[in-house]
Amino acid sequence: MRVKPRFKDIATVRSGLKKENYLADDGIAGVVYLADRLGKPVLIEGPAGTGKTQLAKSVADMTGARLIRLQCYEGLDESKALYEWNYKKQLLRIQSDKKSDSWSEVHDDIFSEEFLLTRPLLEAITSEEPVVLLIDEVDRVEVETEALLLEILSDYQVSIPELGTITAKQIPLVFLTSNNTRELSEALKRRCLYLHVDYPDLEREKEIVLNKVPDISDNLADQIARIVRSIRQLDLKKAPSVSETLDWARTLMLLGIETIDEKEAKETLHILLKYQTDIAKAAKELSVTK
Amino acid sequence: MPVLDLMSGFIVELRNAGLPVSLTENLDAMEAVKVIPIEDRDAFKYALGATLVKNNAHWRVFETIFEVYFSLRGPEYEITQDGQPDDFWREMQEQIDQVKGQGEGKGSGGGMDSLTPEEIAAMLMRALMSGDQAMMRALAKQSVQRFAGMEPGRPVGGTYYLYRTLRNLDLDNMLQKLMDANREMSNQQLSSLEERLEKDEFESRIEQFKQEVESEIRRRLVADRGAEAMAKTLRKPLPEDVEFMHASRDEMQSLKKALYPLTRKLAARLTRKRRHGRKGPLDFRNTVRHSLSYGGVPADPKFRYPRPSKPELMVVADISGSVAAFARFTLMFVYAIQNQFSKVRSFVFIDGIDEVTKFFKSTEDIGEAINRVNTEADVVWVDGHSDYGHAFEVFFERHGKDINSKTTVLLLGDARNNYHAAQSWVVKEMRKRARHVYWLNPEPKSYWNTGDSIVGEYGAHTDGVFECRNLRQLESFVENLA
Repeated sequence: MRVKPRFKDIATVRSGLKKENYLADDGIAGVVYLADRLGKPVLIEGPAGTGKTQLAKSVADMTGARLIRLQCYEGLDESKALYEWNYKKQLLRIQSDKKSDSWSEVHDDIFSEEFLLTRPLLEAITSEEPVVLLIDEVDRVEVETEALLLEILSDYQVSIPELGTITAKQIPLVFLTSNNTRELSEALKRRCLYLHVDYPDLEREKEIVLNKVPDISDNLADQIARIVRSIRQLDLKKAPSVSETLDWARTLMLLGIETIDEKEAKETLHILLKYQTDIAKAAKELSVTK
Repeated sequence: MPVLDLMSGFIVELRNAGLPVSLTENLDAMEAVKVIPIEDRDAFKYALGATLVKNNAHWRVFETIFEVYFSLRGPEYEITQDGQPDDFWREMQEQIDQVKGQGEGKGSGGGMDSLTPEEIAAMLMRALMSGDQAMMRALAKQSVQRFAGMEPGRPVGGTYYLYRTLRNLDLDNMLQKLMDANREMSNQQLSSLEERLEKDEFESRIEQFKQEVESEIRRRLVADRGAEAMAKTLRKPLPEDVEFMHASRDEMQSLKKALYPLTRKLAARLTRKRRHGRKGPLDFRNTVRHSLSYGGVPADPKFRYPRPSKPELMVVADISGSVAAFARFTLMFVYAIQNQFSKVRSFVFIDGIDEVTKFFKSTEDIGEAINRVNTEADVVWVDGHSDYGHAFEVFFERHGKDINSKTTVLLLGDARNNYHAAQSWVVKEMRKRARHVYWLNPEPKSYWNTGDSIVGEYGAHTDGVFECRNLRQLESFVENLA
């Protein structure tokens, strides 16, 4: 089952991601490379809006694989994550020719793959073509539901009582993201490589802005990155995320602003910050320096 | 030392520092090391981090230990500077000459060793000004060599050397100097926004330089004493294990940072607990009503789910010197999850007592409210030494009538009463009226009831006295409370 590795070395991962407009730092590229080599899932944690989900998407694009996404939410269960029997079809099968089949034949027949509805997890491992599986916001499911994931994460297989065990045809790259609203179970963490994606540093953020916002001047991007860094150092309820930085950059572009001065910064702060107390604090901090 | 030995020593040290490294994770790390070339330090570090550290709060500890065990062995860290690439060396020499040219005009040669401390400071300022990384690193090395006064075998901690080095470089005034120089250089008046940005930039550079110095000191110490001994002296508690009463300023910062995510998680857990509580008894009326739609067959049994009421909380905290930090953290903690309680009221005292609920009501910013508590609350009655007895008496007189069967009273403090009258009957009265009365004590249990601590006397009248020395203990207490 061991397929040949997808990436030659870490630098390949990095340049590949860059081509997909995702600027990875050493840590990110290194962990993606390791995930491929060791055949292990990656658990990505970090503040909201730092490109956790985007990483999975970009890796899928880079490798030309299909992205299968399982969005987690409270109350997610087996029938929505793994598989479900197609009851209606089974009923039809039973009713269609009542006389011809014996019971055992019908029984064997209605629990065959034809009547199985695959859900994202099963689909990811039965797929013939390469896939990237993204399990998004895994911290939203209950602790008990996490157990559903364990078999597939460690052995890449799913056990269905009526059918037996289905093993993966190829090992997919698996990404789990978490916003860290609760502590994930030890069992889950143990099976994964851990990657913490934090707010990017100054240079990387500037590069991201330059990359994602067309026609922005180097000077403006630099100024944006620096202001955002200063704001993040304040003690805020919610620090601005990368996506908010990008929104802000786009807004400034639309307004035709070339260099940010205090007034403009204050007037557009609400794009970066979403709480009134935060906005007031940032406005105060940015204007009074001495 | 072969990598394998180094690895196992490294992992033992991680476990000693309190990181939960399991056997499988250990094996994963070994696998990972196989596919990552050890020469690539950064990749190597991230590979070990990804396999061994599954909690971001532990990353700092991991980084320190990693540095001690691995980073310091690379060729670029040779202590003698023979291995320097030529052009870099030449460039630096030029810079040195430049500085010297401005100075007394001594002849060049002899590298950095011939520089006076003032010249080094001047060079550092130029490096910080231009953000020249290589120069900063070289200067960090040089200044440690010059100023730290390290002697082999001397049993002194790294912080001592750090202090000595930084004192000689006068880093405290460096920021101001940089700002002044910057203002001179730019011709037009800087707007306050620009100035602020410049300041942040310089601050981060200075911080970076400090870290260079620190790691240089560490590297020398490791070379002197060996990795294992060094790791032991560097061992720092994880944020959740830092003791409130003895936290340094840095640790306070990291505690504050750890507090918010912790409360968020706790709140999520408590909400969930409340919603998915145990199944209640059969709700007969509801079941019959729903059975009508099935023709009178009770096909869909309905249950009565218990709705535990949210407790009302009264926090009474001693904020005198030694336990102030603990009181602050507990107040922050309680207010961060205040929607888990139906009502929170808070009181602070030293020998007088004052209600501070209003500070938290008037602002959304808990940090600011805490600051106001420290500065504005009227807590001194006679001499500003803790007097639990008097404070409790006044509290009971003024607010005793508000304590009812829904109220949980939290008393915070070390119960070091300076030999005043205990007035423990107040606590007894409180307990009669309240749902629960708990005492949280930030001192280690072995210190209780020693000296002027009378926690036992008060404790006898409460529903429980809990040791609450660190965030971990505080969290688990609050979880059981709500």
